[in-house]
Amino acid sequence: MIPELGHFALLLATGLALYQAIAGYLGAARYAPALMDGARNAALAQAAALIISFGALIAVYVTSDFSVVAVAANSHSLKPLLYKVAGAWGNHEGSMLLWSLMLALFGGLVALFGRRVPPTLKARVLAVQGTIGLAFLLFIAFTSNPFDRIDPPPLDGHGLNPLLQDPGLAFHPPLLYAGYVGFSVTFAFAIAGMLEGRIDAAWARWVRPWALAAWLLLTLGIALGSWWAYYELGWGGFWFWDPVENASLLPWLAGAALLHSAIVCERREAMKAWTVFLALLAFSLSLLGTFLVRSGVITSVHAFANDPERGVFILGIMLAAVGGSFALFAWRGPMLRSNAIFAPVSRETALAINNLLLTAAALAVLVGTLYPLVIDAMSGEAISVGPPYFNLVVGALFLPLLLLVPFGPMLAWKRGDVAQAALRLWAAGGIALAVGVVTLAVQTKGPWLAALGVALAAWLICGAISDIVSRVRWKGGAGVAFARLGGLPGSVWGSALAHAGVGVTLLGIIGATAWADEQIKAMKPGEQVAIGPYQVTLEGVGAVTGPNYSADQAVLKVERGGELVRVMRPERRFFPAGRMTTTETAIHTTGFADFYTALGERPEGADAWTVRLHYKPLAPFIWLGALIMALGGLLSLLDRRLRVGAPSRRRVAPAAALPAE
Amino acid sequence: MRRAALTLIALFGLVWAAAAYEPGEALDDPALEARARAISKELRCLVCQNESIDDSAAPLARDLRLLVRERLLAGDTDAQVLDHIVARYGEFVLLRPPVRPETWLLWYGPFAAVLLGLGIIVWRVRRKPASGVNPALSAEEERRLRDIVND
Repeated sequence: MIPELGHFALLLATGLALYQAIAGYLGAARYAPALMDGARNAALAQAAALIISFGALIAVYVTSDFSVVAVAANSHSLKPLLYKVAGAWGNHEGSMLLWSLMLALFGGLVALFGRRVPPTLKARVLAVQGTIGLAFLLFIAFTSNPFDRIDPPPLDGHGLNPLLQDPGLAFHPPLLYAGYVGFSVTFAFAIAGMLEGRIDAAWARWVRPWALAAWLLLTLGIALGSWWAYYELGWGGFWFWDPVENASLLPWLAGAALLHSAIVCERREAMKAWTVFLALLAFSLSLLGTFLVRSGVITSVHAFANDPERGVFILGIMLAAVGGSFALFAWRGPMLRSNAIFAPVSRETALAINNLLLTAAALAVLVGTLYPLVIDAMSGEAISVGPPYFNLVVGALFLPLLLLVPFGPMLAWKRGDVAQAALRLWAAGGIALAVGVVTLAVQTKGPWLAALGVALAAWLICGAISDIVSRVRWKGGAGVAFARLGGLPGSVWGSALAHAGVGVTLLGIIGATAWADEQIKAMKPGEQVAIGPYQVTLEGVGAVTGPNYSADQAVLKVERGGELVRVMRPERRFFPAGRMTTTETAIHTTGFADFYTALGERPEGADAWTVRLHYKPLAPFIWLGALIMALGGLLSLLDRRLRVGAPSRRRVAPAAALPAE
Repeated sequence: MRRAALTLIALFGLVWAAAAYEPGEALDDPALEARARAISKELRCLVCQNESIDDSAAPLARDLRLLVRERLLAGDTDAQVLDHIVARYGEFVLLRPPVRPETWLLWYGPFAAVLLGLGIIVWRVRRKPASGVNPALSAEEERRLRDIVND
């Protein structure tokens, strides 16, 4: 019964998406309020239908209804409840339904909150969203129905891949998809704006919160995925330049560029065509990511050939969306001119260079990810593009970008003053230089590049602090200064935090790579190993049983200078349902460093176990920085000047006399 | 990487061992071992997806790691080790593709894009304001501006 309900709601949503698209386009073209209202209501109803459908999907997983093919293939009756729920989107069919749900939720949010948006523009935005939704819902209905039944049902399911049975990964896909799909709103605004012939400051103001929201969700999603890889895969890596990871980084980079260019568009009505281009690009790259991951074309050309129906369908959606939108851009883009003039040194130029470098980094990631495919298709030659390429090229592009970041907020619009910006930044520059020199002097290992990176991180963090300090100024005493601090708009805090967060992440990356210490040893019980500040003794390895696995568990006594720090228990888990073994790392963190332990195999016939110990200074900063970036995005989003559909005016304006930005 | 792991599991039912680089492989000379690790990160595990031999748990990766160390012990330079392995397995094994005409786009494309973009920015900055545009705001624009600023 429940699967049929879910399936029915899915088909209903498909019909509603079709209506949403037609009513939106027609309503806007004919200025028919009834149709435009219809599009709005259809968007809300579509979201409701997909909530029901997705709820039904979760219900069949929770109740372990193995008459549903996808449940039998991906779930198991003994699985903990959290993973039964998360299992609903831990596979192709379910994840596509989640994708569509997110899309419909964003459509519903536009319908609800876009009150200030002119009706025709809003109707067109909803129409574009409806079109995208329709395409994906058809895709699900025709090739990937998560509610397909089998008869007779198997006694028990195959179980979810144990690697995926993890709280981090339970929430990684929803966040990531929310980020991907969030860019559908900016995409829809770009299309609608071009159809309307209206790309101006107001348009940019409507677009920016959506770009911010999508970017911040994507930031969290990527960080969570990387954190999962770090503690689950068992050798301490956190970023692999894997095509799947690159696929999520691409819209993130384009989205970061879009955030910044939308500011220019809003304040100065400059970079209009470019902003539209980025809005199209961010979502196109999201679609590309979905295509690469879902079709399996990157992992293996054969995986694509195994299921050509799905791959070709998504390829079709992608080509239609990308081709159609960029054709429209080629036609309407040249009309987007602006007469804003600005000096070579100005906020506009700074943001243009920011955009240039971010886009070039995205280009490098894109080219690097697709190059092996293209070369293979063109000459049949096989080449590899791996981490050494990405680290070098993306690093080279990020170096000038990060160097320039602190200048951006210090420069005035139209005509900035380098001397004045330098005056405000000399302290930050001095600290950064000192930090770099000290690092170079005291570091016992790691290249000089690490010291440069630390200086750069200090520069970013101190630059962000200088930004806030220079806006507050101590003139007039501490009380006035604090009042000014409170009066600073959310977006100022947001950008300062986000920029500082980049510095924090950079520190973490340097610490975890350049200064890491590792010991990979075959240890006998009783044996002791020294690593970082710790002495580690393997007390023994015992057997433990979990709900759906059995495991070997090492007991590691960790001491520092003779004092017990902690007893750590890394495990090797064996899951009989999928006949798979996973590592369960044990990590001791001080907040400033991680001590990371994983249990490996027991070599045959030996009474020793392979134990992997990693000491990673500053590693927690990688994800802390991402959280700070996301918090910055959130503060910016909550800035009432940006809030969509915030109709009331501020009643008292204590900070009105101060320069807002 | 993780997709690689998942695919391998899906395709071959392989057991996903923690990873890579077993104890006992390390060379006694720490300087030589450091070079071996650095070289290992440049070489692809041929039976894996997008994993270096340093990361991979596959037996072939282990063979290659041992081969790298063998060559280093024999006195090869880093470049000679890489050449030796490329001669055996082809350029596919290199995670850092060599610079040649077919990969110019890969290596130089992003930087060419930066130069092109800088050119456009310079051109845009130097552009004179279009004649006939009245720089002063109209009364209506003044009102909207006030609205926005006070908002």
